[in-house]
Amino acid sequence: MGHDAVIEVEGLTIGWGPVVLMRDLAFDVPRGEVFAILGGSGCGKSTLLRHLIGLEVPMAGRLAVLGRDPAACQGGRPPFGVLFQSGALLGSMTLGENVELPLRAWTALGPTARAAVVRAKLALVGLEGFENHLPAEISGGMKKRAGIARAMALDPSVLFLDEPSAGLDPISAVELDDLILTLSDSLGMTTVLVTHELPSIFKIATSCIMLDKGARGIIARGDPRALRDGSDDPRVRRFFNRQAAAAPVVGGGAG
Amino acid sequence: MSDAAGTQLPDEGGAVIALEGYLAFEGAGALWEDLHARLGLGGEAAPRAATIDLSRVEGADGGVLALLIQLRDLAKRRGAAVDLVAPNDRVRALLDLYAERMGRPALHPPPCKQGILEQVGSFALRVHEELVAVLEFVGRAARASAAGLARPRSVPWPDVARLLERVGADGLPIVVLISFLIGLIIAFQSAVQLKQFGAEMLVANAVGLSITRELGPLMTAIIVAGRSGASYAAELGTMRVSEEVDALRTLGLDPYRHLVVPRLVALVIAMPLLAVLSDLLGVLGGFVVGVGQLGISPVAYIERTRQAIGLWDVGQGLIKSVVFGAAVGMIACERGLSTKGGAEGVGRSTTAAVVTSLFALVVLDAMFTIIFHLYGR
Repeated sequence: MGHDAVIEVEGLTIGWGPVVLMRDLAFDVPRGEVFAILGGSGCGKSTLLRHLIGLEVPMAGRLAVLGRDPAACQGGRPPFGVLFQSGALLGSMTLGENVELPLRAWTALGPTARAAVVRAKLALVGLEGFENHLPAEISGGMKKRAGIARAMALDPSVLFLDEPSAGLDPISAVELDDLILTLSDSLGMTTVLVTHELPSIFKIATSCIMLDKGARGIIARGDPRALRDGSDDPRVRRFFNRQAAAAPVVGGGAG
Repeated sequence: MSDAAGTQLPDEGGAVIALEGYLAFEGAGALWEDLHARLGLGGEAAPRAATIDLSRVEGADGGVLALLIQLRDLAKRRGAAVDLVAPNDRVRALLDLYAERMGRPALHPPPCKQGILEQVGSFALRVHEELVAVLEFVGRAARASAAGLARPRSVPWPDVARLLERVGADGLPIVVLISFLIGLIIAFQSAVQLKQFGAEMLVANAVGLSITRELGPLMTAIIVAGRSGASYAAELGTMRVSEEVDALRTLGLDPYRHLVVPRLVALVIAMPLLAVLSDLLGVLGGFVVGVGQLGISPVAYIERTRQAIGLWDVGQGLIKSVVFGAAVGMIACERGLSTKGGAEGVGRSTTAAVVTSLFALVVLDAMFTIIFHLYGR
């Protein structure tokens, strides 16, 4: 176990009902990393993430986020922020009210102070002036950015992102990558993201694990660029090569 | 491109079957039947070995090649070698594409047919699971409600106000209309019978008692179950499938306290208010018939109604309507939060919420009637 690991996973077995998806997972996420969980569709990446954020209870094994069992954190002040795939903003509330929700529940700030924090958090993700918009009135990329603003409302030291660039156009995806990079660099946050979008992995991830459905476990770990260039495992090479063609296109979109 | 004539089969002695032209998907059915017969795959006997010559096939739709591969595999499984030979490059590429993928076994076994005993068993298990889930829901909702009572500031009151408007104020017109018409109908129907005994005056009793004790609260609850129960289940179901409920949990907020409690509170407050209104409008419906149709004087009708209805009659209705409100709210929220799947799941939850609510309302009403009969007046 690393001395400064923010997330520690040991002997973790996860699944749905009687179906085991992944067996005996073990990894650490050191502080300050942008850590990617990679793998093909349906291999259990998002399920692993749901375990890391405490929404599911593991079949076996131990996991700790900031030294605590995430499932036991339910109902208390959350030690981490989560961006869901769709943004998961509450549709009946404005963006401002969405970001205000955790502030109202977990801080002693008065209404004026809360409004100031909300404006600052929305400005951080490039949504200044949008506090009175409803989620239905903004685009998919903006919803995700607002989701990040809400996830960061309480200044968590760990941010979890479920497929942040899924369903976005290449420009929005690159903008979101830039935002994640900026936030993790300037705030020193540890970021864990689930994705199969290699362009964004090569751009922002400092380390990764790759899950495989057949192996029911981790088949590779390390710096994604090093894995792409030097892995001997044909499954890893196939995963990276299959998407290699997409990388320059999106990279080019960034200008 | 489609050339149905290309699927004709020149007979080359049974061992070699030559196909030619473009094998279009439109002719696939005839080709399948024909090859099936030629290879002897239809009967019990072992199929015949054959070579299917594709050298004169110019091109083919993917579906036709999938069928050829299927025929080859079928024959192979029954001990006969069928070869697909000499395709041109384009056809070979397609054949390889399909052959590689079709060889993979299904990841899940096909759902097997259950016997009656198994069906009964799995139904019982499902009912058991549902009951446990419902009990868990009731427990959590009760705990969240108790926490809300202990710390009223933790209840999101702005949400309650918004929901009250939707459940109560927006539901007024339909409750008013239906209650008035029900009063009218009861007055008409009872007048026909009571007239035979010269007791038209008792219409006021019939309308007043049946509306305040039974129909006012029950009809209101049925309307609310259809309007608000359905909308609660659909709203919470959509929140559930779009991960909004999960998002609340990761923010450390209890979905029961933030979603269920405000809805329960809104219904428990709105339902008796609507029921009182329903009582008034029902009696008004009877009044219109009594005064307009039966010639009873307005003062006499009102006086008769006042004598017939006691405080306890209205009280019974109000007690019922509070419980009805809680029941509709619990059922709708439970169905909504247990939604699985996508749009279809939301539809199923909404239907289940309304149907279960209506069933529960009638059962509860029957129970109340018995209890009030035994222990009340």
